[in-house]
Amino acid sequence: MSGNDVLQIAAYFAVLVLLAKPLGMFMAGVYEGRPSILARALGPVERLFYRLCGIQPEEEMSSKQYALAVLLFSAAGVFAVYLLQRFQGSLPLDPQKFPAVAPDLSFNTAISFATNTNWQNYGGESTLSYFTQMAGLTVQNFVSAAAGMAVLVALIRGFKRHSVNTIGNFWVDMTRGVLYILLPLSVLYSFLLVSQGVVQSFDKYKTVALTQAVTYETPKLDAHGNPVMDSKGNPVTEEARAGGQQIPLGPAASQIAIKQLGTNGGGFFNANSAHPLENPTPFSNFLECLAILLIPAALCLTFGEMVGDRRQGWALLIAMMLVLAPLTFLCASAEQAGNPHFASMGIDQAASALQPGGNMEGKEVRNGIAGSAVWAAWTTAASNGSVNSMHDSYTALGGMVPMLLMQFGEVIFGGVGSGLYGMIIFAIITVFVAGLMVGRTPEYLGKKIEIFEMKMAAFVVLIVNALIKIGTAIAVSTKAGTAGISNPGPHGFSEVLYAFSSFADNNGSAFAGLNGNTVFYNTIGGILMFFGRFWVIIPVLAIAGSLAKKKHVPAGLGTLPTHTPLFVVFLIGVIVIVGALAFMPSLALGPIAEMLTH
Amino acid sequence: MSIKMIKNAVMSLVVLSVLTGIIYPLAITWISQAVFPVRANGSIIMKEGKPVGSALVGQQFGGPGYFWGRLSATAPYPYNGGLSSGSNLGPNNPALLREVRSRIDALQAAGPGNHYPIPVDLVTSSGSGLDPYITPAAALYQAGRVARARGLDKAKVLALISANTAGRFMGIFGEPAVNVLKLNLALDEMKK
Repeated sequence: MSGNDVLQIAAYFAVLVLLAKPLGMFMAGVYEGRPSILARALGPVERLFYRLCGIQPEEEMSSKQYALAVLLFSAAGVFAVYLLQRFQGSLPLDPQKFPAVAPDLSFNTAISFATNTNWQNYGGESTLSYFTQMAGLTVQNFVSAAAGMAVLVALIRGFKRHSVNTIGNFWVDMTRGVLYILLPLSVLYSFLLVSQGVVQSFDKYKTVALTQAVTYETPKLDAHGNPVMDSKGNPVTEEARAGGQQIPLGPAASQIAIKQLGTNGGGFFNANSAHPLENPTPFSNFLECLAILLIPAALCLTFGEMVGDRRQGWALLIAMMLVLAPLTFLCASAEQAGNPHFASMGIDQAASALQPGGNMEGKEVRNGIAGSAVWAAWTTAASNGSVNSMHDSYTALGGMVPMLLMQFGEVIFGGVGSGLYGMIIFAIITVFVAGLMVGRTPEYLGKKIEIFEMKMAAFVVLIVNALIKIGTAIAVSTKAGTAGISNPGPHGFSEVLYAFSSFADNNGSAFAGLNGNTVFYNTIGGILMFFGRFWVIIPVLAIAGSLAKKKHVPAGLGTLPTHTPLFVVFLIGVIVIVGALAFMPSLALGPIAEMLTH
Repeated sequence: MSIKMIKNAVMSLVVLSVLTGIIYPLAITWISQAVFPVRANGSIIMKEGKPVGSALVGQQFGGPGYFWGRLSATAPYPYNGGLSSGSNLGPNNPALLREVRSRIDALQAAGPGNHYPIPVDLVTSSGSGLDPYITPAAALYQAGRVARARGLDKAKVLALISANTAGRFMGIFGEPAVNVLKLNLALDEMKK
């Protein structure tokens, strides 16, 4: 790696840590209902919201009611996004006259956004109307993120409260997340992005003249629109000419802001944040990349603050950093090493003052190697899934890093809220394993971890694992599944494994060569995203409810302290063994085989 | 499942949709259009009253007299602004190596006698298929060819390259990059 690569990556991590603390403390205040300037200004809006929706904010919910509220709210979101796509042709703000989206693609996209996955089988600029993007996708970007954060806050209350049956009010937690955290940050981000050239307009696409017209071959069609074949049965082509270029527009900045901040990741345009109108400059790239981990990192410290022991939050944040930092550097160095096939072709892949060099296939010049690799690692560590370079074209090792980060179960930062409640589940498993070693009842944050909590925690870990592997197995053993593969050899298997990891872990990024817009992938992907989200949320809330009922046990001599370096190392060990080793055999068939056979 | 909870769910979705799906994007658009009229509308470059491109979207260039940009994998023709896309070819894919080889041949045919190693960004496809930039190395590689084809002093071409190069953010983030469309438009201006 070049000196600038190292400096750039280190600077990203430094800025992240600097911003995590103030934001984390602020968020703790929001969820505990502490007074602030923002709360004074937006308080009337919050109260108006409750009045309009018939919500009694002081009413407390049991874990069952809380889970039901999450499910009902998400189901309403799925229906809304599905219907908006199916009827977009008759709705306003469709200047490109896009027709209704196909039923299977609408189903996939609706679940994708309501589960905070944001897997992208649609091409934004060629499929979706401005109204669908705004009222469907932008809305779910906000509320699915806020719902994840709400579930986390409910789990934290499980630790904090004792001898009670309730864990808070979902409507209040969700509303506060949108109103005081996500919306103000998104407004700030939107303007910064527009200042860099991200489009924000309701005009129809502009057409500009090309300096040099482009001629290309296109299949010749007969009067009925069918391709003409020659005597050998090959399609006949004819020359076509493009004298102009479309410049797509739309309310992009307002959506991209929340897409990055809420670990959503579904792009406004097909190429996501590789698109120069979605991410035009080094400054916009810095902002968008930082936004991926900003809230997930800060939430760790929110957690510490809310449970009344900040060291607990730092311990989890440090554990996440210790896994992510080396993998980020590994990805960058694999990409910086370049494509070995190019060496003999007279191509210069060496980094210098004049070029970043490295494997530039699928990457943008302004982002270079370090800017692309940091993004690739962060977007898969967090369950963001947006991309500023095409992961399918990464080197074998470089592409394995994002895949592995998803397979850790989206707990190394993970989605906003969902990543940290996943991490807390791993912390529970860790104290349990430690308890077995010394023969004591495990405790975490003053609560005894017993059979019920362990059953639920094991369920959370196993369900996602099983979904990925069963899904991949079905896809590679059916025609409908293998038909989508675009690259030959082990790389083709990687495309499928990556997709199912992304579905089940609600990440949303892709090895995009895989043609996922088929009835098979749209359907199975939608189902997996649904289970990957809610079959985790339900047991997490069950744990929250069970913990809230328990008495607080004061720490004694035999209590394992959970803020020490020893615990951090132990926690990482459990994550690596449970999360990653389970995938070793599958990784051996994909990226590892590819690396060894090139 | 209580009816009240269903009503709460539907109503909160409706109210939040109005707030985050309509009021928020409309307000951002309204202010952006007033404060950043050019940038909010695609950074269109005007020449003699006509739009000739976007400063942020690349165009396809060929022939010895223009600087070439990245390869573009958009369908059905390169730099199709209506459908951004990368090649998604894996590093060992023979199709990738064929693409690269044919680009090398094209570059050498356009500028015979240039035996410097070719900067990698000049033979690979960008992620969006619309990358407006090349590296300074890729611009320098082509400078001699362009100067010869246009009968220009090479120093003048080099000066244009540096005038159209954007730097890193804070000297750390991102990479220096040369805007191909702006550079070529500036070359065409000089001819007059």
